[in-house]
Amino acid sequence: MTRKQRRLTLIAVGGIVLTLAALLTLSALRDSITFFASPSELAVNPPPPGKRLRIGGLVKEGSISKEGVLVRFEVTDGAKSVPVRYQGMLPDLFREKQGVVAEGTFEDGIFIARTILAKHDENYMPREVVDALKDKGMWQQNEGKKK
Amino acid sequence: MIAELSHAALALAFALAVAQAIFSIWGARQGDARLMAVPPVAAIAVFLLTAASFAGLTYLYVISDFSVANVYANSHSAKPLLYKITGVWGNHEGSMLLWALSLAIFSALIAVFAGNLPPRLRANVLGVQGLVAAAFLLFILATSNPFLRLAVPPAQGQGLNPVLQDIGLALHPPLLYLGYVGCSVAFSFAVAALIEGRIDAAWARWVRPWTLAAWLFLTLGIAMGSYWAYYELGWGGYWFWDPVENASLMPWIAATALLHSALAMEKRDALKIWTVLLALLTFSLSLLGTFLVRSGVLTSVHAFASDPTRGVFILVILVLFVGGSLALFALRVSELKPGGIFAPVSREGALLLNNLFLSAICATVFVGTLYPLMLESLTGEKISVGEPFFNATVGPLALLLVALMPAGPLLAWKRGDAAGIAQKLAIAVGLALVAVLAVFAMQGARIYPMIGLFIGIFALAGAFTEYATRIALFRVPAAEAFFRARGLPRSYLGTLLAHAGIGLSLIGMAAEGGWSVEKIASVKPGETMRVADFDLRFTQWAERKGENYRDIAAIFEVRRGGVVIAELAPAKRIFVMRGQQTTEAGIKTFGLSQLYLSIGEPAPDQSVALRAYWKPFVLLIWIGGLVMALGAAFSLSDRRLRIGIPVRAARKKLAVAPAE
Repeated sequence: MTRKQRRLTLIAVGGIVLTLAALLTLSALRDSITFFASPSELAVNPPPPGKRLRIGGLVKEGSISKEGVLVRFEVTDGAKSVPVRYQGMLPDLFREKQGVVAEGTFEDGIFIARTILAKHDENYMPREVVDALKDKGMWQQNEGKKK
Repeated sequence: MIAELSHAALALAFALAVAQAIFSIWGARQGDARLMAVPPVAAIAVFLLTAASFAGLTYLYVISDFSVANVYANSHSAKPLLYKITGVWGNHEGSMLLWALSLAIFSALIAVFAGNLPPRLRANVLGVQGLVAAAFLLFILATSNPFLRLAVPPAQGQGLNPVLQDIGLALHPPLLYLGYVGCSVAFSFAVAALIEGRIDAAWARWVRPWTLAAWLFLTLGIAMGSYWAYYELGWGGYWFWDPVENASLMPWIAATALLHSALAMEKRDALKIWTVLLALLTFSLSLLGTFLVRSGVLTSVHAFASDPTRGVFILVILVLFVGGSLALFALRVSELKPGGIFAPVSREGALLLNNLFLSAICATVFVGTLYPLMLESLTGEKISVGEPFFNATVGPLALLLVALMPAGPLLAWKRGDAAGIAQKLAIAVGLALVAVLAVFAMQGARIYPMIGLFIGIFALAGAFTEYATRIALFRVPAAEAFFRARGLPRSYLGTLLAHAGIGLSLIGMAAEGGWSVEKIASVKPGETMRVADFDLRFTQWAERKGENYRDIAAIFEVRRGGVVIAELAPAKRIFVMRGQQTTEAGIKTFGLSQLYLSIGEPAPDQSVALRAYWKPFVLLIWIGGLVMALGAAFSLSDRRLRIGIPVRAARKKLAVAPAE
C-alpha cells in the first residue's frame, strides 16, 4: 500500500464511522425525543393519540384516587387540567398541590402515564412546571419552599 | 473563629494560586530557574491551605456550628457523624470546595513527583494548573462562600436532604471529583506543550499515568454513583441518561479515547496532534459537566442549586479555558510536527478506530444532552431526550466498538495480520455463540439483549485470548505457563482487565435488560405475590427506629420451591425533622443476581403497592466497572510507566526488566 492509499483508507474509515453516528443521531432526534406540554397548551393543541409526550403542572387538590396500584389524578396549571391515569409506584414527593411531570401518551382524552417524576426535594421544582405555572400567573416565589 | 480562619486560608490559597500561575509562565518565558523554583512550592502551599480550609468546614459541620449559614442549611445536630462529615460536600458550596481541593491535590502531586520533567515544561504545567485553581477559588470566594455567618445563630439546623443520607455520598462525589479534576493534568500538559510548540513521545509517557489515574477515579465514581441510584431511588434502574449522569460520562469517554491515542503516540509517535486536542477536550468536558451540574441549568435530580450569578461565573470560566486553549491550539497547530502515517490494519489503526468510535459516541451524548437546552433557548420549545434516543444512538455504536475491541491488543504494531487474528478469536466467537444458544434454548429469543450478550461474552473471552497465547496455555506444561504469566508486564494485565471489565459490564446490562422480571401489585398482609420463581408472602408491617428517622417496613417472606430462603424488608423511611421520606429497597443477592423489592405509600386498609424485580446477573454491571478500575491500577503500578518518579523508582532498585 502506498502512503496515499493508506491515508485514503484511514480517511474513508473515519468518514464511515462519523456518517453512521450522524445518521443514527438524526434519525433518533426525529423519532425518539419527547415534547413537553402544559395542560393549557394541550387544550389549544391536542396531540394525536399514541404520541409520547411529557406534561407537567401541579397535582390538583382532591383529585387523587387510588385503587390498588392504579392511580388517577389531575394535572393543572391553574387554567386547564388534564386527567392522568398511572399504574405503578408514585415517587416519594408526589403530593396534592405539588409539582409533577408525567411522561406517557393520550388515549381517549386520558393521559396514560408511564413515568411520573415529582420533585426530589422540597426546594426543587421541575423547570417546565415553573414555566407552565408562570404562564398562567400561578407561580409565587415561595412556591418551591412550601411543604 | 474557625470559619474566619478557614475563609482567610481560602483567600490566601487564591493569592498563591495566582502567584503560582504568574511565576510559572513568566519564569518559563524568561527561562529563569529562580522564578521557576517558586511554582512547586506555591502549589504545595495552595494544597495545604485549601486542605486546611476544607478541614475547617468539616470541623464546623462536626461540631454543628449553626452560626455558619452553610452548616445551618445542610446539617442537623441529631444527624449521624458520618452524614455530618459527608454533608460537607452534599451542597453547592461545600462540593465546590471539594472540587478545588481535588485540583490542589493534583497540582501538589505534580510539584512533588514531576521532578524529572524538563524545568520549562514543568513550570508551564504548574502555571496552567495555577490558573485553573485560581479561577475556581475565586468562584468560591465570590459566589459560593461556605463560611458566611448568620447574624442570629439558629438553635438547630435544617438537616440534609434524606436522599443524600447514605454511604454513597461518602464515596461518589470525592471519587468523581478526583476523576473530573484529574483530567486537568492532561489539559495542563497539552497547553504547556502548545506554549512550547513541541510535543514528542516522552510527552505522551508523562501524560498517560495521570490520565490513567483520573480515569480510574472516574470509573469508580461513575460505577459507585450508578449502584447508589439503583438501590436508593427505588426504581431499580442503574442508568437514567440524566444530563447530570451524561456530564460525567462524557469526560469518561474522552479520557478513555485519550488513554488509547496517547498509547499510539508514546509507542509509535502517531496521532500526536489529535492526542493534544483530545487532552484539551477531555478537561473541557469536565468543565462543561461542572457547569451543567453546578449552574442549575438542568431539570434534574442533582440540580440542587440554582443561582444565575453562579451559572454565569462558571460559564465565563468555561469559555475562557475552553476557548483559550482551543485558540492556542489553532495558533500553534501548524508548528507541531505531525506523527507518521500507518497501515490501516495495525495496532495504530486499531487505536485510531477506537478513537473514532469513542469520539462519535461522545459527540452523540453531547448532542443528546445539550440539544434540549439549545432548542429551548432558541425556540422556546421544551423537549426531553432520554433513554430511547441514547439506546438508538449510543447503543449500536458502543456495541460495534466492543465487538471490535478484542482484535485491538492482538494486532501487531506497524502491520497486523487480520486473518491470523480472526483465527485466534475463533474460540472466543465459539464460546459466545454456545452461551447465547444455550440462553436461547432456555429463555427464548430477545434480539437486542442477545446481541449484547454475544458481544459481551466475546469481549470477555477475547480479552483472555491473547493472554492464553502469550503464556502458551495448554501448549506448554502448566508450570511454565505460570512462569510466563508472571513475566508479563503489569500494564499488559491492565489492558486485559480493563477490556474484560467492559465485557462483564455488557453481559450484565444485556442480562438485566433482556431477562429481568418485573411485577407491580397491591398486596395486603397475608397475601402472596409471585415473581420469577419466588413466592413473596407479605407477613406484616413493622416499624423500626433509626438515629434520625423511622422505617415503616413491609416484611416479606421469600420462598423458592416452598422453602423459606430469605426475609426482605422494603421500607418507607420517614425523616421526622424534615417531614420527608425516602424509599428503601429490600434487596437479596443470589450469586450475581438480585431480588429487588420496593414499596409505595401504605394505604389506610394496610395494603401497599409492591414492585418486585428479579434481575439476573445485574451485579456484573458494577463488577465490570470495578474490574476496569483494577486494570487501571495494575497499569499504574507498572514500573515502566513511572509517574515521573525516577527517584523513587531508583530507590526501589529495579529487578530485571520484564521480557518485552
